[in-house]
Amino acid sequence: MPTTSVLIAGVGGQGVVLVSELLALAAMAAGEDVKQGEFHGVAQRGGAVFSHVRFGDKVHSPMAQLATVDYFLALEKLEALRYAHYLKPGGAVIINEHTVEPVRLADQRPYPDDAIEFLVGKGFDVVPVAATELAIELGNHRAANVVLLGALAEKLEIPNEIWEQTINQRIPERFLSLNQAAFAAGSAALQRGVAAT
Amino acid sequence: MVKTLMSGNDAVAQGAWEAGVAFAAGYPGTPSTEVLERLAEYAEVDAHWSTNEKVAFEEGMGAALGGLRTMVTMKHVGLNVAADPFMVFPYAGTNAGFVVLVADDPGMYSSQNEQDSRYFAKIAKVPLLEPTDTAEARELVGTAYEISERFKTPVMFRTTTRLAHTRGIAERGERTEAQNEPFSRKVSQYAIPAYARFRRPELEEKLNQLREFAETFQGNVLEEGDPRIGIVTHGIPYQYVREVCPDATVFRLGMLYPLPERKLREFCERFDRVIVVEESEGFIEQEMASFGITNVIGKELFTNIGELSADLVAAGLNGTPVPSDFTGEAAILPRPPVLCAGCAHRGVFGTLQKLGVLVAGDIGCYTLGCLPPYEAIHTTFCMGASIGNATGFHKAGEKKVVAVIGDSTFLHGGFPGLLSAVYNKVPTTTILLDNGTTGMTGHQEHPGTGHTVEGEPAPAVDYEALLKAIGVEHVKVVDPWDLEATENAIVAGLEHPGPAVIIARRHCRLLPAEKAGERETFHVEVDECIHCELCFESGCPALVWEDDYPHIREWECAGCSMCAQMCPVEAIVRTEGH
Repeated sequence: MPTTSVLIAGVGGQGVVLVSELLALAAMAAGEDVKQGEFHGVAQRGGAVFSHVRFGDKVHSPMAQLATVDYFLALEKLEALRYAHYLKPGGAVIINEHTVEPVRLADQRPYPDDAIEFLVGKGFDVVPVAATELAIELGNHRAANVVLLGALAEKLEIPNEIWEQTINQRIPERFLSLNQAAFAAGSAALQRGVAAT
Repeated sequence: MVKTLMSGNDAVAQGAWEAGVAFAAGYPGTPSTEVLERLAEYAEVDAHWSTNEKVAFEEGMGAALGGLRTMVTMKHVGLNVAADPFMVFPYAGTNAGFVVLVADDPGMYSSQNEQDSRYFAKIAKVPLLEPTDTAEARELVGTAYEISERFKTPVMFRTTTRLAHTRGIAERGERTEAQNEPFSRKVSQYAIPAYARFRRPELEEKLNQLREFAETFQGNVLEEGDPRIGIVTHGIPYQYVREVCPDATVFRLGMLYPLPERKLREFCERFDRVIVVEESEGFIEQEMASFGITNVIGKELFTNIGELSADLVAAGLNGTPVPSDFTGEAAILPRPPVLCAGCAHRGVFGTLQKLGVLVAGDIGCYTLGCLPPYEAIHTTFCMGASIGNATGFHKAGEKKVVAVIGDSTFLHGGFPGLLSAVYNKVPTTTILLDNGTTGMTGHQEHPGTGHTVEGEPAPAVDYEALLKAIGVEHVKVVDPWDLEATENAIVAGLEHPGPAVIIARRHCRLLPAEKAGERETFHVEVDECIHCELCFESGCPALVWEDDYPHIREWECAGCSMCAQMCPVEAIVRTEGH
């Protein structure tokens, strides 16, 4: 198959890298060539993090070109704005309806409250998912990343059995049921969304 | 062969293990760190963190001369530290295979400079290999050991951040144990200038043999394509070329020094113009020009600043414009990296800002002390520079100067600077930020932590005894979570007429033991708050502004109490019964 490019962005600590790895492992299990590369700065926490996952018959560059990404998983709204220019025209952004305020600096502008409207205005296929809320309902806000992955899975052609195997193999035992539930919740949220439209 | 998803760093370690590497040493440095961590996981590899890259290199030399296949690992600036042994080892040559893994950081994702280390290979006259992806990285490491032993030379293996941190599919093969002779005591090979003068022409002869070898080296690959477009490239830029110009005729170089002069000349004769696509400096382009090849263009089309990308390669090759982002249209606030909630460095930098002293900084998470709200580091250069810089500032007439340095950095390169200050009676004040780990690169052990890379117990440096032994008369240990005590200690250090050291001691909050431990949390009593916003001057990421009041995110609060100590009306209080 031709190369599919997925961009995943969030704030340090939200689990961008784990979700990227799960997607890359699933694509590999589905028989595709895969490359996955992430970008992060100096510190361990709090900064912007983004990652590219690309899969297909043969993948060359680990990073997608600007304005070519097929699917964008945004774990946070401000980060959705920061990297949306990677999306191809009309590309899909699955966006967590969640705000992580950057550290407050002097003279800082207010946090933009119109991220979703802005992206809709740009002609992207915007799919809001209350991933953090769903994760909190399941008992741990940190599972929001896998909720979004479950939503993305609805749009990809990777079989369900492969997603199950990948999650079972990669996620440690004590977090497994949480992440299985998170993935299912994300898939269900997207199905509900599709049914509603 | 099992196919696995692995990073470039994993693949280098896997390739080294398969090649029979028996000893490995290094010093942590992004993006190279994981290579040594992976090597330490293999039972057959004796791997350890050294105090710095020079030491790692020298340990590796001894092991390789003694008959062990050896890998030493470092980032680009680490090779600067190890440059001394790197430049002389080729004169002697190695016995068993010796590979130095050097990871450059184009784009300076986590470095103070952007340095194209390929030039080092040319100065040292050693062969230089660079892979184009994860799978090739694993294979090329094995080739590096074959070259090293065939030509009895150290080999430099270069990666970049993009290659080191990209995951791709690679195979896992079997290990082959290497057999090499033990050390042979031929003094004429290893000692004194009189002997080295004999070695000098031999080194040149070895380089000529390597030039000949490069002409037939399998890692330099000609990929036929459109006869009108000729491209010479290497490493990760090769992937960008394939992405944006899939039809081109490409000469892909796996060995970047020495280059195959005849092959490149023949290649260039086929085209009106050949484009060299390389990241950072025009190293290949300059080498080709030195061969007298004139129909080459490279750095006129591709910047030498920052990291290349498929977009930049497309712009250079085809003139395709690079799309812009949405910063002009939406309020995309910056999200700079910050010191963590409960980070002990915060207490030191808040105090330094208040005192208004000149601060010479060093390399580690604490470089973030230069950013708002502290802006309390005024210089940051290289590993261990802070103390020497502070001494120089004193010489230039600055009266209140503080050097700030982390524990791992102090042991790496800061100690000689302090020794010089003490010996020369310069009244510097040094703050040793002892967080019990190498925080910046992801918590590596070091000689002060009491554990090895494999988690085994080890002797831990007694800093107080060490400082006493070199003649520091004023040493004060303080908990940086205690703001008043920290300020008093720094003021007393500055007032002391001789060199003073303040050890600000508290473990990094992200160490597993700290995360697992009991944790208090604080909250804001909204009725008491006077909206002065002084608490935000702590710069703590657990503090957010909600409904016109500061609010502490309970799940992020580390219980350090620093914001509570800053509150003038005691509106920030401990949450009882947590």
